[in-house]
Amino acid sequence: MRRVWRWIDDRTGLITRIGRIAHHPVPPRTGWRYVLGSATLIAFLIQVGTGIALATVYVPSTTNAYNSIDFITHGAALGHVLRGMHYFGASAMMILIGLHLLRVFLTASYKFPREVNWLTGVGLLGLVVVMAFTGQLLRWDQNAVWSAVVAAEQAGRVPWIGTALAHFILAGDRLGGATLSRFFAFHVFFVPAIIFLFIGIHVYLVLHNGISEPPDVRPRIEPATYRKEYRALLASRGRSFWPDVVWRDAIMALVVVVVVLALAQWIGPPEVGKPPNPSIINASPRPDWYFLWYFAVLAVLPKHVEQPYFIVLAPLIAFTVLIALPFVFPSGERRLTRRPWAALVAAGVLFVVGYFWWLGERAPWSPVFDVQPLVLHGVAPTDTLQLTGARLFHDKGCEFCHTVAGQGGHHGPDLSRVGARLDSAQIVSRILGGGADMPAFVGKVSPAEVQALVGFLRRDHSHRIGSSP
Amino acid sequence: MPESDACAECGTDTDGATSISRRRVLSRLTVALGAVSAALVAWPIVGFLFDPLARRAQGTWRTVGRTAEFPPGSTRQVAFLDPTPLPWAGQTAATASWLRHEAGGDFIAFSVNCTHLGCPVRWEQGPQLFMCPCHGGVFYADGSPASGPPLRALARYPVRVVGGTVQIWTGPLPIE
Repeated sequence: MRRVWRWIDDRTGLITRIGRIAHHPVPPRTGWRYVLGSATLIAFLIQVGTGIALATVYVPSTTNAYNSIDFITHGAALGHVLRGMHYFGASAMMILIGLHLLRVFLTASYKFPREVNWLTGVGLLGLVVVMAFTGQLLRWDQNAVWSAVVAAEQAGRVPWIGTALAHFILAGDRLGGATLSRFFAFHVFFVPAIIFLFIGIHVYLVLHNGISEPPDVRPRIEPATYRKEYRALLASRGRSFWPDVVWRDAIMALVVVVVVLALAQWIGPPEVGKPPNPSIINASPRPDWYFLWYFAVLAVLPKHVEQPYFIVLAPLIAFTVLIALPFVFPSGERRLTRRPWAALVAAGVLFVVGYFWWLGERAPWSPVFDVQPLVLHGVAPTDTLQLTGARLFHDKGCEFCHTVAGQGGHHGPDLSRVGARLDSAQIVSRILGGGADMPAFVGKVSPAEVQALVGFLRRDHSHRIGSSP
Repeated sequence: MPESDACAECGTDTDGATSISRRRVLSRLTVALGAVSAALVAWPIVGFLFDPLARRAQGTWRTVGRTAEFPPGSTRQVAFLDPTPLPWAGQTAATASWLRHEAGGDFIAFSVNCTHLGCPVRWEQGPQLFMCPCHGGVFYADGSPASGPPLRALARYPVRVVGGTVQIWTGPLPIE
């Protein structure tokens, strides 16, 4: 056995080389903070494995993709778990790459000489986002179809080449048979190939520049002397990656796999929606959770800012900032206690994204299409003005966007007590003329209907919430 | 592998200057040949991927129903097939439109795509408004923006009446 081993090493050199890589020295006190990169890689490997398995059954044609996903989910043995793993593996990848980026930012590990490590990481982040989006599309249900349209419309905003870009994404000037095949090829071949390349460079650079020492070990970076000091640190206090450091990565890898598997088993993959027929327009397209915050941003930004500039510029600026970071701050302080602005920026970004996530989950701007007619507790059956007003409030669509007595949409203000704020003339003027962000209803309601609505709205309905009839 | 300054190909060439220029020519030639090979392979690949951009938008008239099915003042959803769907396109080759028969007799065929980000707007008969489920865009019956993010009116497809039937010109997805 030993002889075979030695023969292989003599002819290939691989065993010696891999051994040298496995035993590369690592600075002291890296600890649990440093497992996030390898955990992201584990999540990626889960995606590769489950993705290849799914591809053995999935049919990338607009006619059959929907049925094949349905078969994978409900017909094939373990298909349900496999799809679930691919979904939660994608979620894990998004979370872990985000946490990894956050850790590297907070410990200022992007500084000299690891600028290119950071750049390849930012590239990987962009590629993972592309994978998440194209993956959601391969479900090829109603949501996926409209996501493709939304992607094309967003691309269409790019100056000069917008329309060409949109047609490139759709593989034509509208949705069609070629659209899905294009997304499939990008999701399964093209982008993963680039991800492999970038991971290769990223890991190579980790070995080339060495793992960054924690800020408490080296609080400041002076490029002129850094490499010499780093070598001295490794020589005096370095530990072998294998097995002194790697055991934490192994534990983390197991945690990632178990969590993904458990979620796949107990929660399962997202249910496939309605069929991918663009003429079924009774749809409420929503992105997967990782894009929901951005979906919310696009809803609440002032429209004269958002549409001409924001949609194209915001992602561009975000990635430009990330790319510029190690060149703007290449050296100096690394301890977070001495970088209050960095801590503040990180906390601010997390807070803003978290807030928009919460907002996207509620989507208060969306009309509530399936809202039921108002049930008014404590209104006498003979009070026809109130009852007519309440019925019109539903039938004329007011309730889509306004709440009364705890029922209705949230696009506009709650009107349970609007009578306390506005007099009859103001309410009439608001109904007929619209204003702020409300359509004008002139010509849609008769004078008698306006009168009933005003009579209804002038009354205080706030006490009717939840009270017994 | 240790780098060697010796030029194996040069053999008996003892003139250092000639050797260096010869090596420079060879390395440039190699890079150039590689680039030509790569370009030759890339040409059909890139051309193939960009083929959708080169093709002119085609259209055709599609009958969506008889005029009697659309009473004046009504807004009804109609669907039609793309002009030249690929054989495997299936139900994805369908497109919807909101067909409005104006009281004056004219027909208007609105694209269902919200002018904000393309989500499908729904016609709500009660308030006489088109409403978008995504970001709350609202349009009046004539397609003009009423509230929410949209800045532009709903796009329209050309529409005509031929022999008692309503026909829509199958335009591309309205971008921008």
